[in-house]
Amino acid sequence: MIEFLQQLINGLGQGSIYALIALGYTMVYGVLRFINFAHGDVYMLGAFAGLYVAPWTLRLFGGGPSFAGAAAVLLLAMAVCAAAGVAIEWLCYRPLRHRPRLNVLITAIGVSLFLENAGQSVFGADPKSFPEIIADRALDLPASWGPFAMLTITVGQLLVVGVTLVLLVGLRHVVRRTRLGLAMRALAFNPGAASLMGVNNGVVIAFTFGLGSALAGAAGILTSIQQSSIDPLMGVNAGLKAFVAAVLGGIGSLPGAALGGVLIGLLEALVVGYISPTYRDPIVFAVLIVILLVKPTGLLGGTEREKV
Amino acid sequence: MRDRRLLLLAALVACGVGAHFAAGLNPYYYDVLVGVGINLILAASLNLVNGHTGQFSLGHAGFMAVGAYASAWLTLRAGGGSTLVFVLALLAGGAAAGLAGLAVGLPSLRLRGDYLAIVTLGFNEIIRGVIGNCEALGAQRGLGGMLRHTDLFWTFTGAILTVYVVTSLVGSTYGRGFLAVRDDEIAAEAVGIGTTKYKVLAFVVAAFFAGIAGGLYAHFKQYINPEGFNFFRSMDIVVMVILGGMGSTAGVCVAAALLTVLPEGLRWVSHLASLPAWLQHVAENRMILYSLLLIVLMLTRPQGLFGPRTARAHDRP
Repeated sequence: MIEFLQQLINGLGQGSIYALIALGYTMVYGVLRFINFAHGDVYMLGAFAGLYVAPWTLRLFGGGPSFAGAAAVLLLAMAVCAAAGVAIEWLCYRPLRHRPRLNVLITAIGVSLFLENAGQSVFGADPKSFPEIIADRALDLPASWGPFAMLTITVGQLLVVGVTLVLLVGLRHVVRRTRLGLAMRALAFNPGAASLMGVNNGVVIAFTFGLGSALAGAAGILTSIQQSSIDPLMGVNAGLKAFVAAVLGGIGSLPGAALGGVLIGLLEALVVGYISPTYRDPIVFAVLIVILLVKPTGLLGGTEREKV
Repeated sequence: MRDRRLLLLAALVACGVGAHFAAGLNPYYYDVLVGVGINLILAASLNLVNGHTGQFSLGHAGFMAVGAYASAWLTLRAGGGSTLVFVLALLAGGAAAGLAGLAVGLPSLRLRGDYLAIVTLGFNEIIRGVIGNCEALGAQRGLGGMLRHTDLFWTFTGAILTVYVVTSLVGSTYGRGFLAVRDDEIAAEAVGIGTTKYKVLAFVVAAFFAGIAGGLYAHFKQYINPEGFNFFRSMDIVVMVILGGMGSTAGVCVAAALLTVLPEGLRWVSHLASLPAWLQHVAENRMILYSLLLIVLMLTRPQGLFGPRTARAHDRP
């Protein structure tokens, strides 16, 4: 029982990260209806942005690991990623706006390959150790918790889940309570009608990319707090899993992406804990296929009516 | 019809003669040429699914893996085997991959577009995962020790037959069915075309040839491991199909050859002593150049190298 709970706690940390990346996939899919394959590599950029700004912010906030320093690293990495996301959209996707979706997809693959290879060339292909921006230690659980005091919960895990929750609430606020969010939803619903109603589609699409990429950047920093080793290809697997999470939850649905991410994280932790790490990926994909066969639009995805 | 058969015969004879004279070729060029042939098979067969039938498959390397492992296992069982055993093993590998294609084609009945893409990608990962956990197939260590049966003759015979079968299929009544499914699935169904049958057929035929390509690859490299059939390999093939212009067999073949030779060409440029140092440095990062080229090509020629000029109805946003 305790071991099961422990696996769930471990899975929740990874699941939060998948959820943050999956949100970017699903938001872009919502407004442009294409899979942004370069999104996983934006997450990698976030981690490396953190690597470069961390020594600088650590000095600014008194040398040692601190919450203020970590928050500064997080915000800076999010800003860098948002800028990168907007730039990618501007340079590579915008010129193809009225082209078939598959072209944009191939361009996205090209951008993804470019970021991975340029990353290996610029940052170096070997794994880099991420500086300790937060003292990641296990919490001392009170003895009064009885058997539950044997659980290992680290500061990093709490932080990952906490920051993810804050970002999710913030995102929900932006999407549901602001004019830009309203424009995003209108654009996702019907781009033509939205632009007739005065929505500036270009601005809204750029904003969507920025927002999604900022979340991926945050995920990059949060991963680095837990794993402390980053490399230019880290976005490949995480991006793929987050994409699976977005599809699992129903691509285009924001709550679906968050739910899918957490579910994939939990599933992975359970497979690793109880079966074998080598079966992790096949089982994740098998579950995805079974769910899609039962519910072809994902867990929370709406059914799209077929039009003749 | 008669002309096509004559053309096939001529191509096969040319291939035999060419392979005979290519035997003394520099081993490096020989490697690249066999690579071109294998990629031709993969791209031409995937074109049947992605180009002609309009389904989006992202798991072609998975079928290639099935064919590679099945045929390698068989020839290893036969103690290396003669050429006859090799050809039979190739066909058996193709059949095994075709069965896998049937397994993937069936769920495609319910799924469309991006959901289908992720399921095919998922099957690719599952196939890789199963192989990676199977001790009889060498698990993650890979499988080695096959004899080098594959040569230019067999590779290009495979490529020519693939192109022949694909173009014949597309030119036949079946081809009309494929194109109808691609152009408008609902309309096709409404006029009584069994869209299910065509989708599954496309998947099975494409998977069969991917399996053949896998068998050729296994008996050329003489070593295979699950990593060689990952997501990136599938992606490579998809890129060839789209860059060649979906549905244009000639374009896809040219793109397959071009994209196989291009990285090697960039490698050659990076070794040219007469070039300025900075240009050599750029060429050394050939994968960066390759990805940039891909982006630029897509931005400047969105219809692919040889694709039709107009966007098809279902692709419009």
